[in-house]
Amino acid sequence: MSLTPNEYEQLNKKYSPSSPTWKNCLMAFLVGGLICTLGQVIVNISRSLGLPADEASTAASISLIFLASLLTGLNIFDNIAKVGGAGTLVPITGFSNSITAPALEFKSEGFILGLGAKMFVIAGPVLVYGITASIVYGLILYLFSIV
Amino acid sequence: MPTRIGRYTLLLNSCPSVVGFAALGSKKEAQGPLARCFDLINDDCTFGETTWEKAESRMQQQVVNKALEKSKLSSADIDYIFAGDLLNQCTGSAYGLRDLGIPFLGVYGACSTMAESLLMASIFVDAGCASRTAAVTSSHFCSAEKQFRYPLEYGGQRPPSAQWTVTGAGCAIVGQSDAPPYIRAVTAGRIEDYGIKDANNMGAAMAPAAASTIKQFLEDTGTNPDDYDLILTGDLGQIGSDLLYDLLGRENIDISGHHADCGLLIYDREKQDVHAGGSGCGCAGSVLCSYILSRVRDGEIKNMLFIATGALLSPTSVQQGQSIPGIAHLVHISHTK
Repeated sequence: MSLTPNEYEQLNKKYSPSSPTWKNCLMAFLVGGLICTLGQVIVNISRSLGLPADEASTAASISLIFLASLLTGLNIFDNIAKVGGAGTLVPITGFSNSITAPALEFKSEGFILGLGAKMFVIAGPVLVYGITASIVYGLILYLFSIV
Repeated sequence: MPTRIGRYTLLLNSCPSVVGFAALGSKKEAQGPLARCFDLINDDCTFGETTWEKAESRMQQQVVNKALEKSKLSSADIDYIFAGDLLNQCTGSAYGLRDLGIPFLGVYGACSTMAESLLMASIFVDAGCASRTAAVTSSHFCSAEKQFRYPLEYGGQRPPSAQWTVTGAGCAIVGQSDAPPYIRAVTAGRIEDYGIKDANNMGAAMAPAAASTIKQFLEDTGTNPDDYDLILTGDLGQIGSDLLYDLLGRENIDISGHHADCGLLIYDREKQDVHAGGSGCGCAGSVLCSYILSRVRDGEIKNMLFIATGALLSPTSVQQGQSIPGIAHLVHISHTK
């Protein structure tokens, strides 16, 4: 079999079905939209109970984090995410799941070297580069303000 | 004693027999088309253990004990055991089999381990190094996901080319007997790497290895695909099988009328949401040691080739951007000597 890697890659593409992008986008829109609507419902309820706007938003974030974490522990979240894709991953629910899932998985290696060390194995890079980006953004903003 | 013919094929002149075999599966395997063929089914995928790794070791222990029980043998009757799995340092095998008191030779061929261990077990018997040997392998969906991919409860989407690791184990005991199935010949495969880097498309990474080993065996023995009722690959899945037909077609070898793949037999791809099919050491291991060997024993399959395929990658090699080397080993199994 005298195929080059490039020729084989072409052959592989011929036989490998691609992901259903349009269906995935539609489901992400619907599921992500539902999660955001739920967040808005929590904001509205919190405000009607007398919380100021910024605290009502915090209440929505906390509630969604709690719900996603709970559903992860109940083996339900991954089934929703399988359908929702980016719709569940991008909102704060995805962040919550990405911390809870390894915490559950690596608990068997102990609370220090297992749960503690591996808890941020997925969310860690998001934190590192998210915080780095915010510092860079802050510096740019500061430089513009003193010019 | 084995005789080498052609380049890499060993004819096992005494035709060692598979004197006992057993297969084990879990809940998803029990929902598949081969459910009734398994000797042991445990719907609880923890197998009564506290971790996935311990569960896999328990599976190996149970499947060996079942194979011994079916062949009316005890562990003292086995001279060597060849075993392997997907876990780091093959702990599934070492921990599962440590209480058996049988000389242990750990093997790693990723998902090709069933063929690799059966190949060695058969050569040992044919060469007179052992009266009876055992070949064992297992895989567990949860321990494999944890080691190679994401934590189990992580909410991700799998691409259509991804395969589902079988929670299953298979054990074959090889010895001298006048009852089929017989092991007629074996061919160890070469590592083939055509530059596939996508760890979610193992079938494509392994297909060239399967094609290379099948071609080598046919050349060495001077036979053609029509001489075999069944050419059974391990876990190429749908994409790998299509690529295998294409690659062999370029060499004017047509196996499509005789070919089946364990990864496509074990699950109902549409109903069970397994995308391109099943995979893992336990895929080829459990399908061979249940549905297939019993059909060879009963004469429904007269002459077959078993080619288990493996992707020799690690999470580190994938993260470092390296391509995935494939391997495939072949065992020629027959109803007659």
